[in-house]
Amino acid sequence: MFQHSGLLEVQVVGDREIHMRRGFNAPRALVFEAMTKPELIRRWLFGPPGWEMTVCEVDLRAGGKFRYAWRHEKGHGMAMGGTFVEVVPPERIVQTEKFDEAWYPGEMTETMELHEEAGRTVVTIRLVYELPEGREAALKTPMTDGMSLGYDRLAAVLEELV
Amino acid sequence: MNQAQRLDATFAALADPTRRAILARLATGEASVGELAGPFAMSQPAISKHLVVLERAGLISAGREGQRRPRRLEAGRLAEAARWLEQYREFWEARFQSLDVLLAEMQAPGLSARARGKKRK
Repeated sequence: MFQHSGLLEVQVVGDREIHMRRGFNAPRALVFEAMTKPELIRRWLFGPPGWEMTVCEVDLRAGGKFRYAWRHEKGHGMAMGGTFVEVVPPERIVQTEKFDEAWYPGEMTETMELHEEAGRTVVTIRLVYELPEGREAALKTPMTDGMSLGYDRLAAVLEELV
Repeated sequence: MNQAQRLDATFAALADPTRRAILARLATGEASVGELAGPFAMSQPAISKHLVVLERAGLISAGREGQRRPRRLEAGRLAEAARWLEQYREFWEARFQSLDVLLAEMQAPGLSARARGKKRK
């Protein structure tokens, strides 16, 4: 059994950024490995139920490219890729990325930082969209396909926001 | 404002902890500026500034009862923004829960070498 490491915090900042933060019960080197090695990425980034990861290629070095693709059991798919700008194992990665089916304008730059404290790792992710419309579209991405979520409990959501 | 601008204004308004606390208070019922300022170490004019931001974002509205202008939550707008953000958060939280499982496997005694596909250095 594993213990939950703490829920993901998501914040929208300004008009082009999304910030995320989450703790993991593992040392930093391990988290970094799990997030950058294709055979390990495939084991957690497989998508919501009904989806499978069909392509996972990572050339982990500044200037190197990465490419991910997923397919839904009903046949439709999606894919994304980008270029690593900065790679500092096991603490920092900067990369650009974009989905193939570009339904939003501009690229996005992601900066991921890993901080270790007492064997635990806190990962912070900063997504900066080239244009506000990009962030807008990202927040509304229909990538929850197949997930049924209820949002009518405003009070509960508010509690989380506060 | 179009929908994109509205959502941006909503998220900008929600980025501040005092404004979130004001919304949480209004979720329990309408309140005057004085009542809202009460729990904060802040002057009424300072609170009023936050209220203007919230009002412009469509998150609250001001009623009129004689001299009072009680503020109330406009739940629809907040629900719209919260829905997008929460949906986004839940999507990624689900991915990261899968990562939790993998990390636990990688640290399980005796399994780590195989789980990681190679020997530890």
